[in-house]
Amino acid sequence: MAELRFRDDAALEQPAVTLDSFLTQSNATAVRLESDEDARLLIPHLDRLALVEVAFPKFRDGRGYSSARILREAGYTGELRAAGDVLVDQIAFMRRCGFDSFVPDVPLDAEAVEASLNFYGQVYQGAADAGVPVWKLRHG
Amino acid sequence: MYKYDQYDQAIVDARVAEFGDQVRRRLAGDMTEDQFKPLRLMNGLYLQLHAYMLRVAIPYGTLDSRQMRMLAHIARKYDRDYGHFTTRQNIQYNWIKLEDSPAILADLATVEMHAIQTSGNCIRNISSDQYAGAAADEVADPRPWAELLRQWSTFHPEFSYLPRKFKIAVIASDEDRAAMKLHDIGIQLVERDGKLGAAFYVGGGMGRTPMVAPLIKDFVPIEDYLSYTEACLRVYNRYGRRDNIYKARIKILIHELGAAEYARQVEEEFAHVKTLGIDPPAAELERISAFFAPPAYDAGAPDSVDRSDPDFAVWLDQNVKAHKQPGYAIVNISLKPVGGIPGDASSAQIDVMADLAERYSFDELRVTHAQNIVLPHVAKRDLYAMWQALTEADLAAANLDLISDIIACPGLDYCSLANARSIPVAQKIAQRFADLDRQRTLGELKLKISGCINACGHHHAGHIGILGVDRKGTENYQLLLGGSGAEDTSLGKITGPGFDEDGVVDAIERVTDKYLELRDTGERFLDTYRRVGFDPFKEAIYG
Repeated sequence: MAELRFRDDAALEQPAVTLDSFLTQSNATAVRLESDEDARLLIPHLDRLALVEVAFPKFRDGRGYSSARILREAGYTGELRAAGDVLVDQIAFMRRCGFDSFVPDVPLDAEAVEASLNFYGQVYQGAADAGVPVWKLRHG
Repeated sequence: MYKYDQYDQAIVDARVAEFGDQVRRRLAGDMTEDQFKPLRLMNGLYLQLHAYMLRVAIPYGTLDSRQMRMLAHIARKYDRDYGHFTTRQNIQYNWIKLEDSPAILADLATVEMHAIQTSGNCIRNISSDQYAGAAADEVADPRPWAELLRQWSTFHPEFSYLPRKFKIAVIASDEDRAAMKLHDIGIQLVERDGKLGAAFYVGGGMGRTPMVAPLIKDFVPIEDYLSYTEACLRVYNRYGRRDNIYKARIKILIHELGAAEYARQVEEEFAHVKTLGIDPPAAELERISAFFAPPAYDAGAPDSVDRSDPDFAVWLDQNVKAHKQPGYAIVNISLKPVGGIPGDASSAQIDVMADLAERYSFDELRVTHAQNIVLPHVAKRDLYAMWQALTEADLAAANLDLISDIIACPGLDYCSLANARSIPVAQKIAQRFADLDRQRTLGELKLKISGCINACGHHHAGHIGILGVDRKGTENYQLLLGGSGAEDTSLGKITGPGFDEDGVVDAIERVTDKYLELRDTGERFLDTYRRVGFDPFKEAIYG
């Protein structure tokens, strides 16, 4: 069960399988992507996916941010979970890249997460969230 | 000068609040140093040998007098009354207290400044040509394009945990004054068939594995500028190595993949990224460009200068460069007085430079990657008065691009990564060649010193470079010859066994003596070196 979830639908009970298993098993609906695995391999299968869990073995390993955006840009609307070394001050960037659930190795302080998500009212660039870049606000 | 609107200000103010909260959590023990480190680093706060060091961003090296005075204020109030201008066109303070850092950021925010992304594995401060807007040879002013990148890269959610730091430079002329090809991405604005575009050089850098960036694409239409940059970064973020920090820079990826294969993957990614609507409309570029409109020059300003004071004439010939507007000139203020610390300026000197910019240079200053200051638009009739004021403030060293105009990293006097001291070596070289006539006889000679293999002092790009290493517990200095950070970019070659501090100064003198013996009329040291090769100099050094 995700510790932090920003979705209204019911959480999926099925465990996430490895990318290799997923690509050879036609009935799996949840997959775990390691940080060195290519998210683009999932693009042909998005319609049967309900959960993609992206691993963050170390918070400094930022490959998962690109994986998330690639999936959202390809039209994936299911649950996108960041799991592993996920810290308070990464959540806002992860939300912007399309993650909507989080399973951190070490539980996060809910108040600190809430505060970190509310510091910025504006963003400079478009990403996978609803944030409107300021150049769009400037020019309508 | 770019001016913040409500959005820019809100984002910087939010950063002040966020960082204040992070420091509070760190001081309260809610965060480990390991967890705090990447956060403080993204705010330019390093832990050095003796204290915290704060690096403040000066986007593309451009600032006004109000901002310059704030830099003096911070040095005076929170540090030891001086600051150090860096090779990234920024300023850093060496004696900062962690608990003061939120207040410093709050002070900076009142003058539209910050320390965002001045360190950490993210996209760093964008650098540019210090003569932008004043040089006759540019196809466009590069600063609006640098500002566009500044905004795009600020808190970029996908590219804030890259494999390593990432440096981008933007220039707009064939003469390269920003060491563009020694950046992770070097962009040169170019014109083709009357249309503006950008040439992308990707995968350059110094450090322990120096590389000159190969050309990845010769013409990116300007309306694709940000999308193409985003595609370059995404390919790097996916494939850049994470297993070894010494192999994590984009130069290693491109070296391993090959420039053509990297370019192919960027092209593929770009085809997708372009559909995302990342590039702002032309109206946004026009809005930004309006801030960089040429100042209100006096069209009748006299073009002649009275050279009757011989000391003034020497400074004029060495430190003052041609401006595109008749009657005006570009003034370089050298922060390299003999015996000084390269790039350092006292609060009082910073205030003097601010005053002079306000009075004589349409309120504008630039920081150069060679750690000097530029006043970009000075009327020629004001040059003498300005020189007198600079002389009074000990800011009139007439040594631009001469052997004593040394780039040096802070070295072992401050830096926890250094193996050797850089500053005392720079001071000894400057003292050995203190006679200005002798320096002028030697002509353009770019000397650069790094106190360790990370190459913050650009030693690979020095006509003469010095690399400090640790040899069995003692400081040892290797000598390199033949590097260049200009449009003829090249990497220096190590001469042979290293020297102690005095020995390296002697070795440099043998090199310059040899040069004087070998040079043809009009040749710089670098030209002679390239013509005659390495061996005569090696022979002169080691006998």
